[in-house]
Amino acid sequence: MSNIQKQKPLLEVVDLKQHFPIESGFIIKRQVGAVRAVDGISFTVNEGETLGIVGESGCGKSTTVRSIAQLYKPTSGSVIFDGIDLVNAPKEQMLDARKNIQMIFQDPYASLDPRMTVRSIIGEPLEIYRKRGMLDPSIDKEVIEKRVEELMERVGLNRAFKNRYPHEFSGGQRQRIGIARALALNPKIILADEPVSALDVSIQSQILNLLHDLQKEFGLTYVFIAHDLAVIEYISTRVAVMYLGKIMELSRSADLYKNPLHPYTKALLSAAPIPDPEIERKRKRIILTGDVPSPNKERFGCYFYDRCPHRMEKCKTNIPPMKRIDENHEVACWLYE
Amino acid sequence: MSIAKAQKTYTHLLEVNGLKTYFKTDAGIVKAVDGISFTLDQGETLGIVGESGSGKSVTNLSIMRLIQSPPGKIVDGEILFEGEDILKLSESELRHIRGNEISMIFQDPMTSLNPFLRISTQMIETIRLHQDVTRKEALAKSIEMLKLVGIPAAEERIHNYPHQFSGGMRQRVMIAMALSCEAKILIADEPTTALDVTIQAQILELIQDLSKKLNTAVILITHDLGVVAGMCDTVCVMYAGKIVEKAKTHDLYAKPSHPYTFGLIQSVPRLDKAQDGKLFSIEGQPPNVIDLPPCCPFHPRCHKVMDICRTQYPPTKDLGNGHEVSCWLFADKKEHSHE
Repeated sequence: MSNIQKQKPLLEVVDLKQHFPIESGFIIKRQVGAVRAVDGISFTVNEGETLGIVGESGCGKSTTVRSIAQLYKPTSGSVIFDGIDLVNAPKEQMLDARKNIQMIFQDPYASLDPRMTVRSIIGEPLEIYRKRGMLDPSIDKEVIEKRVEELMERVGLNRAFKNRYPHEFSGGQRQRIGIARALALNPKIILADEPVSALDVSIQSQILNLLHDLQKEFGLTYVFIAHDLAVIEYISTRVAVMYLGKIMELSRSADLYKNPLHPYTKALLSAAPIPDPEIERKRKRIILTGDVPSPNKERFGCYFYDRCPHRMEKCKTNIPPMKRIDENHEVACWLYE
Repeated sequence: MSIAKAQKTYTHLLEVNGLKTYFKTDAGIVKAVDGISFTLDQGETLGIVGESGSGKSVTNLSIMRLIQSPPGKIVDGEILFEGEDILKLSESELRHIRGNEISMIFQDPMTSLNPFLRISTQMIETIRLHQDVTRKEALAKSIEMLKLVGIPAAEERIHNYPHQFSGGMRQRVMIAMALSCEAKILIADEPTTALDVTIQAQILELIQDLSKKLNTAVILITHDLGVVAGMCDTVCVMYAGKIVEKAKTHDLYAKPSHPYTFGLIQSVPRLDKAQDGKLFSIEGQPPNVIDLPPCCPFHPRCHKVMDICRTQYPPTKDLGNGHEVSCWLFADKKEHSHE
């Protein structure tokens, strides 16, 4: 873990913006505004590490990973994966690179097609790339079949179940199917969008352990989203804290939890309950007032201004830049100027 | 009725004894709640923890007698509220208790308010249903309640529609409604699951403050062990329709006795302790509660399973200070050899 900073980044996101237009009018549509879901974020992900992204709902975590996977066309900025800018690369090249980027989704009920068998779900990525002619020609139906069986065993599903349908599995098992599907193409990076938040506590730890093992075994890189801070701390090498489409703080996981700098990170950490009554009842909470404001309007000051307990005059009119505090810790706040 | 009740003496505000709620389905009888007992006193906060399908919500719907029948049925047990069995009340007597004496907050603030009606209409309706007041008085009371739960500009906001409120605000409105009739018991069914951590902290703080101020007893249903640690005085851990462990919060976390409770507490990653390597995990899946055999339902997943666990349900053993556990590990020798 100590030589992370010397590695070259596998994924680099530069000033990524993802705005969704708000349209009005019935026949003649015109744009009346934009939801600024992701509003200019930059970060890098090194090979073999896990970047955790935390934040409240609506802060743009999911949009960020979907933009990285090119499920949306970003409004501006670039996503450089393995030296290729996915946003501007020709389609063929983008598809080829994207083979190495796979996703695991939050809802194991909605992310599997109920009419497909487990075998076709897990084999589908391989089938698609085979039809595109982007796989090794030696990979035929039989090889895919074998690979599906291997994957099922690896994620802890009995291979005898390959002809079953998703409704015959429980939530945790479905999530395993989703993980097997993500592994099918031997990707370099997996974007996991809240993969454990829909699961029961006892199942959650099974899935976290599985993801942990797979990372070691295949040398995978993860971008892992969760709103549960304890889960993020457990799985991540580095953590980015997002608020309203901006990164507020980016740091090594251990440093962030020991020494949070941004007022938002502090509040977030103090709000997360700890399962120990002795500690939990003695803690001081920073209770934020109000709710997350609407991301529809353009902001000229700090994005956290409305809810910040330490706001200053300056914060209202100036957007704080990302400031490097030490080698592994960056924060966007005027307090640390 | 109220005179008769006043003369009765009772030791606990709410006492549930051997409650069984079954559902009839095509696949068989689902024993959603299978013989549970607990008590609740004034001002106490009781936590009910368990995974989905463990029967937490059905327990509380049974207390309110909100189980849809068919397919559901409360087949056995008694629920004594101030010494009176709720299960024996008529529909009109029930209506007096629901909302008035025991009220409920549901999990999803998005769907528990009527989107077509203004907040004011919904709150006034609730209050006037239970109390003999005029519209004006009810409105004043509603505004007061909204202020109490911390809604800014309550006089204006009360005339808004639910969609004009955010999730956290809607949950506040629900709490205001639930408390507007000064209920003695507040049942909160996963009140913060749909909310973000910062909003969750606000709402939990609010429930705690209000219960202290109004001396309301609270039943908090949750799957989050962190929330329980901060809020509850007593905790019941449910598994497959049964309470497997019941203890004071401090005792439960200091000495989790049932292997399931132990596993649950161990398997959550913790913010305050850095962990490397693997998390403890409970293997396997939660059981299907249809036609459960009369053994310990946790035995296929238990890391301390013994032979007897596969054939008989363990007796409940009191470990002192109200710490009860249903596990063969704690049973006496004599009970082991029995049969």
